[in-house]
Amino acid sequence: MATEVPTLPWLPADPEQELTRRSHGALWFVARRVLAGVVTLIVVSLLTFAALQILPGNVASVVLGRSATPQATKEIEAKLNLDKPFFERYGEWFKGAVHGDFGDSSLALAQGASNPTISSRIGEPLVNTLILAGLVVVLLIPLSILFGVIAAKAADRLPDQAISVSTLIFTAMPEFVIGSVLVLLFFTALGVLPPNTIIPPGGNPFEHPDALIMPVLTLLLTSLAWTTRLVRAGMVDVLRSDFIRYERLNGIPERRVIWRDGVRNGLAPSVQVFALSIQYLIGGVIVTEAVFTYPGIGSLLVSAVLGRDVTEVQAITVIVAAAYITINIIADLLVVFLVPKLRTEL
Amino acid sequence: MKERFKFLRLASGKIGFGLFLFAIFVAFVGPLLAPHSPNESVGLPLAGPSGGDLLGTDDLGRDVLSRVLHGGSSVVLLAFIATVIAYAVGLLVGLIAGYRRGLTDPVLMRGVDVMLSLPPLLFLLVLVTATGTSTATLVIGVAIVQAPGIARLVRTVTLEASVRGYVEAAIARGEKTSAILRREILPNIVPSLLADAGLRFTFSVLLIAAANFLAIGLQPPSSDWGLMISLNRKYISLNPWSVAAPAIMIICLTVGINLMGDAIGRTMGRSRAAGWSR
Repeated sequence: MATEVPTLPWLPADPEQELTRRSHGALWFVARRVLAGVVTLIVVSLLTFAALQILPGNVASVVLGRSATPQATKEIEAKLNLDKPFFERYGEWFKGAVHGDFGDSSLALAQGASNPTISSRIGEPLVNTLILAGLVVVLLIPLSILFGVIAAKAADRLPDQAISVSTLIFTAMPEFVIGSVLVLLFFTALGVLPPNTIIPPGGNPFEHPDALIMPVLTLLLTSLAWTTRLVRAGMVDVLRSDFIRYERLNGIPERRVIWRDGVRNGLAPSVQVFALSIQYLIGGVIVTEAVFTYPGIGSLLVSAVLGRDVTEVQAITVIVAAAYITINIIADLLVVFLVPKLRTEL
Repeated sequence: MKERFKFLRLASGKIGFGLFLFAIFVAFVGPLLAPHSPNESVGLPLAGPSGGDLLGTDDLGRDVLSRVLHGGSSVVLLAFIATVIAYAVGLLVGLIAGYRRGLTDPVLMRGVDVMLSLPPLLFLLVLVTATGTSTATLVIGVAIVQAPGIARLVRTVTLEASVRGYVEAAIARGEKTSAILRREILPNIVPSLLADAGLRFTFSVLLIAAANFLAIGLQPPSSDWGLMISLNRKYISLNPWSVAAPAIMIICLTVGINLMGDAIGRTMGRSRAAGWSR
C-alpha cells in the first residue's frame, strides 16, 4: 500500500551540491520566490498577448463582425491603437493591467454595450468564483483530513480499502462527468436540486444555496479524492514512528495521540499538496462552472473563447495565471516554514 | 512477459482491465454493431428508450445508442496521437538536455516553469481563441501541454543513465553522440518511462474529453462522448439516457485505466498510488 510521501519537487536532486550553498535567510528566500513568480507572470502575459493579439485583424474582426470592410477595419484599428507596433501595444496594455484596467471587451464593443470595459464585466463573476472556490476549500481541508486519518488508522483494513477504492475512482473522473451524473441524480431522478445555477446580476450566490450545492459537490468529489490519499500517506508514516508508539505505551489517550501529535506531524508535508489541489481546482472550476452555467469567471472565459473575445480572454488568462502562481508561492513558503527539515533551503 | 500480467491477480486490476477492455471494445468495434449511422434521423426527437431505439433519440431524432457506439474512437485515438507526439518531442529534448546539459538544460527548465504556471485547460482555451477550433489544434495543444513534463522526466533519467559505465565505455570507443543516445541510453531509460506514458495517456483522455465538452475541441455533428454530454445536457429531463450513456462510457474508460494503473504500480513493487492520474 501507499506509504510513500509525495516527492517534494524543490528538494535538491543532489543533496551534497545543495549543502554547499550558503544560506541567505528567510527574507531572501521570499524575495526570490516572489520575483520568480512576477517574471513568470510577465512571460505568460507576453506570450498570451503575442498569441491572441499579434494580428491586429483579430480584435478588429471581432469588434466589427460581418460589417467589416477594409475601411472600417482601418478606422477601428486606428481608434483602438491596433496599428501601433507590438511592443508599444503590449506596453500600454501592461501599464493598464497593473492598475486593474484591462481595456475594452471586443465583444461588448461589437454589441455596442454602454460599459464595455473588461474590469466592469469581470468584477461580479470574479466574486462568484471566489465564493465557489472558497466554499470548496473550506470544506476540502477538514474533510480530507478526516477521511485521510480514518484511512490511515485502519491501514489496509476495510475502511481504508473502501476509502482507497472510492478515491481511485473519483480521481479518474472528469469534473464534467461527475457534474452530469449529479444532475442526473439530483435533478432528473430525484428532482430536488436545480440543474443550473441562476444568479441574477447583482445577486449573491448565498441567496441561492440550493444552486450552490451541486457545483461545490462536484469540485469537492474531484479534489477530495486526491487530498485524502495524500493525507493518508503522510499519516501512515507518522503513526508508525517511534514517538507515536512511545506515546501509546505511555498510556496517552489514543484520540489525543492521533489528533494532537499525529495530525500535527503528519500534515506538514501535505501543505504543498493542498496547495497543488487548490491550484488544480482552478482548472476544475472552469469546467464545473460551464457544467452548471454558474455565473463565474470560468463561464465568462468559456463564452469569451467561443465568441473569440480576445481582449477578455487575455485579461482572464492573466488573472487566473496570477492566482495559480500566487498559490504556488504561498505553498512553497508555508511548507518551508512548517517543515523544519526543509529550512536548509533558506 | 508473465510478470507484466501479474496485476490481474488484484481485484482492482481485474475490474480496471475489464472496464478498459469494455470501453475500447465499444469505441472500436461499436461502429460495426451500431444499428444506425450516427447522424441519421431515425424517429421523433427526444423520445425515451423503446424497443426500436434502446437508448432513445436526441434533439435531432438521432439514435443515442448508435451515437454512443460511434463516439468513442475519437477521444481514444486523439489522446493516443497527442501522447505519442508529446513523447517524441519530450524524448528528444529531454535526451539532449540530460546528456549534453549546456544551454538546453536551463532553457528547458524555464519552459517547464512557464508551462506549469497555467492550468492545462486554460492553455488550450487560449490556443483555441488564437487559432480557432480544429482537431489539429486540439491534438497539438494537448501535446504541447504534456511535452515539457515528459522532457523533464526524460532529462532526469538520462542524467542518471549517462554516468553509467556502459555509456562511458561507448564514449571511450569513440561512438557518435546520436549512437550513444539511441543504443546505450534510450533502451535503459524505457522501463522508467512506461508507467509515466500510461499516466500521460490518461491525462490526455481527460483533457481532450473536457475540451470536447467545452465545445473547443471536436465540433458537431461529431458524436464524441464529451461533446454528446454537453449537447444533450439541455434535454436531460426529456431523455436522460442521452447524457447517462456517454457519461458511463467515459467513466469506464478513465476509471478502468486508473484502476489498472494502480494495480500495475502495486504489483511492480513501488506504489504509484499517490501520484496516479495527475
